[in-house]
Order: sequence, then C-alpha cells, then structure tokens
Amino acid sequence: MVDKKTVEYVANLARIDIREDQKSRFTDELSRILEYIDKLKELNVESIRPTRGAFTEENVLRPDRQKKKEYYTDILNNAPASEDNHFRVPKVI
Amino acid sequence: MAKDLLKLSGLEIAECIKNTEVSKDEVLSFFRKRIDSIDPRIKSFVEVYSEPVKTLGGSNLAGVPIALKDNICIKGKRISCASRILSSHISVYDATVVKRLKEAGLLIAGTTNMDEFAFGSSTESSCYGPTRNPWDLERVPGGSSGGSAAAVAMRLVPFALGSDTGGSIRQPASFCGVVGFKPTYGRVSRYGLVAFGSSLDQIGPITTNFIDCAYLLNVICGFDEHDSTSSRKDTPDFTQFLRKDIKGLRVGIPKEYFSAGLDREVESALKEAVNIFKKQGAKIVDVSLPHTEYAVATYYIIAPSEASSNLERFDGIRYGMRKDASALIELYKKTRGAGFGDEAKRRILIGTYSLSSGYYQAYYMRAAKVRTLIKKDFEDVFRSVDVILTPTSPAAAFKIGEKTKDPLSMYLSDIYTIPVNLAGICAVSFPCGFTRNNLPIGAQLIGLLTQGLVSNRRQIITIRFPS
Repeated sequence: MVDKKTVEYVANLARIDIREDQKSRFTDELSRILEYIDKLKELNVESIRPTRGAFTEENVLRPDRQKKKEYYTDILNNAPASEDNHFRVPKVI
Repeated sequence: MAKDLLKLSGLEIAECIKNTEVSKDEVLSFFRKRIDSIDPRIKSFVEVYSEPVKTLGGSNLAGVPIALKDNICIKGKRISCASRILSSHISVYDATVVKRLKEAGLLIAGTTNMDEFAFGSSTESSCYGPTRNPWDLERVPGGSSGGSAAAVAMRLVPFALGSDTGGSIRQPASFCGVVGFKPTYGRVSRYGLVAFGSSLDQIGPITTNFIDCAYLLNVICGFDEHDSTSSRKDTPDFTQFLRKDIKGLRVGIPKEYFSAGLDREVESALKEAVNIFKKQGAKIVDVSLPHTEYAVATYYIIAPSEASSNLERFDGIRYGMRKDASALIELYKKTRGAGFGDEAKRRILIGTYSLSSGYYQAYYMRAAKVRTLIKKDFEDVFRSVDVILTPTSPAAAFKIGEKTKDPLSMYLSDIYTIPVNLAGICAVSFPCGFTRNNLPIGAQLIGLLTQGLVSNRRQIITIRFPS
C-alpha cells in the first residue's frame, strides 16, 4: 500500500533525508503500520464530531503587547550559526 | 542514618529535614552516592548536577531531591530529549513545573533518560543507549520515561517527573514497580515541556507511593497563563483523596482490558487486586468500553500528526546540530536526516503522510472522530462507576531488543494506557504484584474527568524495591 515512491515523497515533504538502504525498510514498516490503522475504516463515523485536541472550547486570548527580550542572547547562543543578532542561514535567493 | 533514608518516603524525608534530624546536604549526598555507585549499571540519568538547581522557597516537600525527564526545560541546563538533533541545547527559561518545584524547595538533582522525543515504550530509542530495568538488567524499564521510573525504583531519588503522551509515565512505572500518575489534560502546565503530541502530553509524578504522589501533584498542578490549554478549574488538594475511604467506591472492570493478549500472570495479579478492593468494601461493576480496540490505531494517527508538526522546528537553524549545505532545503534535509533517530523519522513520516493533501480526511479526520467515540465510552461508563481498574500493560517488562525490530508490536504494548490520553482523563499506575520471574506488575486506576487521585491511605499493595 505504501511504495518506495510514497516514502520518498513524504520524506521530501517532511524535509528528511532517508538513506537509500533505509528506504525499503521504512516502506515495509509504514505499510504494516498503515495496514493496522486501516482498522478505523470498520467504523461509520460520518455523523461524529471530531475531537481535535484540547478540551477548552473557547479561544484563549491575551493583549498583544511587546515583551522584554530577556532571552535574546541565550537564544542566539543556542543557534548553530548567528551573526549580528540574527540566525545565519545559507544564501536563499 | 544512611539506612533509614532508603526506607523513608519523600514526605518523611522532608519531615526529617524540617525536624533537623537530617540536613539537606546529608540527604543530597546520600542519594548522590547511590547514583554514583548504582547508576552505571542502570543508566537512568542523562546528567547528574554537581550542585542541585537553586531553590526559591519552601513547602512540606522542601529539601527532597527530584530528577526530571530530559524533555523539561531547566534554565541554564542542557536539554536533549535524548536526541542528537538537540544534544547541545541549553534551556533559556524554566518550565512552569520547574518554577513550581523551585518555589516548593525541591532539589533538582539531574535529568533522566528517555526514548528520543518520548517516542517509544522502552527507552531504547535514546541517543545515549537504553536504560536498564532495576529488577532485571536484561530487560527494558519501559518508556518513554524509563529513566525516571528506573531511578525512583532503585531509590536513586525519591521523586521524578516524567511526561505521558500515550502511557509514558504509567507503563514504565508499571515495569519498574513504582507509582506513576498521568494528570487530567490541562492540570499541569506544558510550558517548557518539549512538545510531542500537544493535545495528549501531560507532565506527571513518579514516586514510590501514593502519598508522595499526591503531595507532588499539589506542587506541580495549577493554572498557568503560559499554556493556553491550562485548566482554569480550581486545583483540588490531592491529599484529600488519600483519606477517602474506599467503602462503597464503584470500581468498573472493563471487559475489553481483560481479553486476548493479556498475560496470564498479569491477569491473575489483577484479579487479586480486584479482590483486595472488594474486601475493603468497594463495589465491583462489570463495564464495557467498546471502542478500546480502535485506540492504538487512532493514537498512531493523531500523535504522529501532532509530532510531525511539533518537530518541524528542529531544522538546523535555531537549535542544536546543523549539517551544512549550500542550499537551505538541503541543509534542513541533511540536518534532520542525521539528527533524528529511526523511530522519530518513522513517526514524522506517518504524521506527514496522514496530514498530507489527499489523505487528511481518510486518516487524520477519521482518527479525530474515532477519538470522540473513545472519549464518549469513558463518559458513559463514568455515569455508573467512580473509577476504572485495569492492567497498565498487557505483560511485564520485555527484554532489551525484543521489540525494536517490530515497531507495531512496541506500539501495542501501550494498548491499555493510550485510551486515557485520547480521552484527556487522569490515571495512575501502581504496583500490584510480581511475576514468577520477580518482575513487577502494574495496575491502572482511571479517574474522573475532573477528579484527581483516588486511593486508600493504606498502600493497597506493599511496594518492594530491587536489591
């Protein structure tokens, strides 16, 4: 049900390099897992409301105010590369 | 002195400190020595601090050492989630639970091993290698909070915190013979817990007994504005549930949790536990949670979907390691390919697949609907019972390496704990016996949506600890 092409496609969406020798193993494992998950198709869920997550029904809002940037340097220190208070990345354009 | 500390609960140790029978430093050095001499065999700790994290206040647990799973932020300390991708990260702020522990005067002694990003049930997917079960070094301690459970079982610390997304506190507690509590969703702030499945994750205590569990819950529970899913409901005093007489308590026994796949020794230990409840005056009620068999399939859509989104941030730009490349997308792919272990990759792939265009309705949306049915099962049953009693895991601890080749069999070891997370309710695993091979067996008590801990003050089963 999942072929190597699908694994490559999904890995690209997820931005993960998968080694060539691992592709067939992942293909096999994902197929078995998804086959098990297909169990859910036994149920008729047409009229059921989804539970998407948290159990708070209302929106949680706060005033949109600027806060002190107290962690500034610490955050940059954790980055693999930074320069002039910015994260450094390879050339994008 | 030394011998006594081992026999004392966390609360009793704190009382001894208060009465100046023992000093904080003595307590600390006692447990420190235990860690140094015993942990090389168990490997439950990732890092042991030379000095405990500074405290800011006191409470009736002041001075008691506690270990934290390595996915909870402690300002200025390393956090890795047992993953290569984060390995050198220093937390820039305190998780809300850490702030609360500091204010209560608990001493954070170090961080404990776990499955990478909490993906697993055995602590084998850690980039540091597996933690060993203190009862049998050839076996896993369970997971993903295996380090925390093993450390408490071996009395290397009186307390630990874990996190539970599908059973990651309760299953290791059961495998190691200790008490592990998964609070109701929203009770404990997730601020500063590295997110795995945001609609499922909760931090909770691992202790040697119910009393410590209740006191520790009092410290860590409560509303927090930094977590938008934090519950605004009043936090109960969890110790009030300890005094609750179980006479008349309606205990539901769901038939789906006692069906095929349940180990016979676990089954007979559970039957014994049911008898003890009965003898103490509880009313045993047969109940049914009909959608139980769909819980693992539902979970393995929802949890990986949330995980794949949450782990997008680990891209080689802001955290940990980076594999350089000339183009940005190549940098992402190389970094993530090298930084994540196999199980993390597997889950990210499943999650990305089930959220991808064309599959979203068939997978994620269907799972979210089945989740409603699973939640409703519990709501229905809780109309006629106060708590539900089940095994925590279908079998006692398995051997290291036994399930790593078959991810699905690993997933199915959480079949009794996963429904609780999907429903957002609380549950505790406690020791209820031993197998012939001297491995602990755990029972799970599932509570009400808003209620906390229900248990007798008298320990239901005497807790032993490994030699």
